[in-house]
Amino acid sequence: MKASTLAALFDLRSVIALLFGVYGLVLTLLGALGTGPADLDKAGGVHLNLWTGIAMLAVAAGFVLWVWLRPPVVAAPSEPSDDTDARPGGH
Amino acid sequence: MGIMVLAQTDLRLDVSALDYVLVMFYFVLVLGIGFIARRSISSSLDFLLSGRSLPAWVTGLAFVAANLGAIELIGMTANGAQYGIPTVHYYWIGAIPAMVFLGIVMMPFYYGSKARSVPEFLRMRFNTTTQRVNAVSFALASVLIAGVNLFSLGLVLEALLGWSLQLAIPIAALVVLSYTFLGGLSAAIYNEVLQFFVILALLIPLTVAGLARVGGWNGLQQRITEVGGSEELSSWPGTTLTEIPNAFLSVLGIVFGLGFVLSFGYWTTNFAEVQRALSAKSMSAARRTPIIAAFPKALIPLVIVIPGMIAAVLVPQLTTLKAGGESDVTYNNALSLLMGEVLPNGILGVAVAGLLAAFMAGMAANVSSLNTVFTYDIWQDWIRPGREDAYYLRVGRAVTVAGCVLAIGTAFIAGSYQNLMDYIQSLFSFFNAPLFAIFILGLFWKRMSGTAGWTGLVAGTLAAIVVDVLVRTGVLAVSAQAGAFIGASAAFVFGIAVASVVTMVTAPKPEAELVGLVWQLTPKESRSHETTGEDAGWYRSPALLGGMVIALTVVLYLLVP
Repeated sequence: MKASTLAALFDLRSVIALLFGVYGLVLTLLGALGTGPADLDKAGGVHLNLWTGIAMLAVAAGFVLWVWLRPPVVAAPSEPSDDTDARPGGH
Repeated sequence: MGIMVLAQTDLRLDVSALDYVLVMFYFVLVLGIGFIARRSISSSLDFLLSGRSLPAWVTGLAFVAANLGAIELIGMTANGAQYGIPTVHYYWIGAIPAMVFLGIVMMPFYYGSKARSVPEFLRMRFNTTTQRVNAVSFALASVLIAGVNLFSLGLVLEALLGWSLQLAIPIAALVVLSYTFLGGLSAAIYNEVLQFFVILALLIPLTVAGLARVGGWNGLQQRITEVGGSEELSSWPGTTLTEIPNAFLSVLGIVFGLGFVLSFGYWTTNFAEVQRALSAKSMSAARRTPIIAAFPKALIPLVIVIPGMIAAVLVPQLTTLKAGGESDVTYNNALSLLMGEVLPNGILGVAVAGLLAAFMAGMAANVSSLNTVFTYDIWQDWIRPGREDAYYLRVGRAVTVAGCVLAIGTAFIAGSYQNLMDYIQSLFSFFNAPLFAIFILGLFWKRMSGTAGWTGLVAGTLAAIVVDVLVRTGVLAVSAQAGAFIGASAAFVFGIAVASVVTMVTAPKPEAELVGLVWQLTPKESRSHETTGEDAGWYRSPALLGGMVIALTVVLYLLVP
């Protein structure tokens, strides 16, 4: 249990979800609460922070969903990998 | 000139405290990845080749991100601003065919040979001298190019955030050093994937807001036509890009110069790229790596070239420049000028993080490939063979530190050049074009001898250097861009010619040693891959994916004929 929770936390997909989740949240809030007319003029009338924030939250949710559907495989206690040559077999 | 100008004109972005917090958060994650990846490292192969354990989507995105460095980002928005649509040739004909070729034809030999680096592959196919010649020239090129990346990063930090160059360059080097030192290639690759997404989070809103400002795609076309730039709206014949006035010759130049020699030379032999595929977990994943990367590569010009074109009609300093007037900016400033023009605070912080990410992606790719080549090809196979693996892991870490310190030095060398893009192009024609020549010859001609390998390599490099000198001194009166095309072609032709002549007078390698390294001597089954377990499914077929991305590219070309 502990090992798999750790693996899930450190999965690259979770890291992307964390980054986009935090960015998305900040931008959505900023866009919803703090968009002034100057900001709107700049972006040609698009609520840029708000829409980018929402899109980023969607991306984050997508990655969370992916991790949830396909949990990271916990690497088996790695095979005795001290073949001095350190070149794996493969096919 | 362009470089000095950056500092004078008011390019300083109006960055708020919140923007800084967003940038800092990104750096915390980047360093965190380094610490996490460290836990999984127990051998030099883990450190230098990620233990060949990564899934294809990770290596594929890292493959494209390693190329999506800041020089690319800044250089290609600049080209978009200056030339418009013809810039897409760099992404389509100049990349996609070569990436598909790498995945389908060459990867079975690379991955199947179990070579840990391109020089090691050259030792197997040719001989130790070829390996050493290539390893030394690659190490040199890596340190020089890492310096260019670092220098450009320092420039951006200076221009956008107001940090001094003397402070910005070491700080940036320290960040890249920390995570590659801790986590090796895994950390570099994981960060590249993260960077890929953050760079898109910079480019997509920039394009959306920019298009909104100019009245959409139609508005943009209209404004470009108004200022007499209608040739900027179609990709062929691209005479402005090639600076070849004859339309037919211009197309020929794009197809053969860019589409064949430069592009195949870069994508199929550049170890900083190939290494990403070698770290994949299976042959199937390795073959899919460049092909998966080709999909974003084909689509990325939509959010790089278009913002460049928007900047040219929207930013007053650039419209002046374009109309032939006096302006204190260059096209290289297009990206940051447009960021300042259309992005409000908040998203601006994400954009700055994306830009910094791009610089680090480029430099980390150089440093992590330098590591591998130096440790395996120069240290283990040549200078200090036969030590235990832990020793080479320590060497790998030491090279990371040395590479970053040297890059700080070469960053200041790069600063003495007027035009960074020309500098980079020359480096590529010196190193990549001759390498591609002997690679392709060696792959399909089993008679080609070991001595032919390194003599072809050296002859090709010398030919490119001669062309470079002729262009610089004005003996050959062509633009720097056309000079790079000619240099690469000369390197290719001379490499092939010398290798062929040398082969005739030297003994070939025994055929038994060439199984798996030469096309005719490799049975079909060992050129294919398993299609079971995690490699099963039609959607994991490299040939099918390759066909799809070629079709996508053709459709994209039809949209902007």
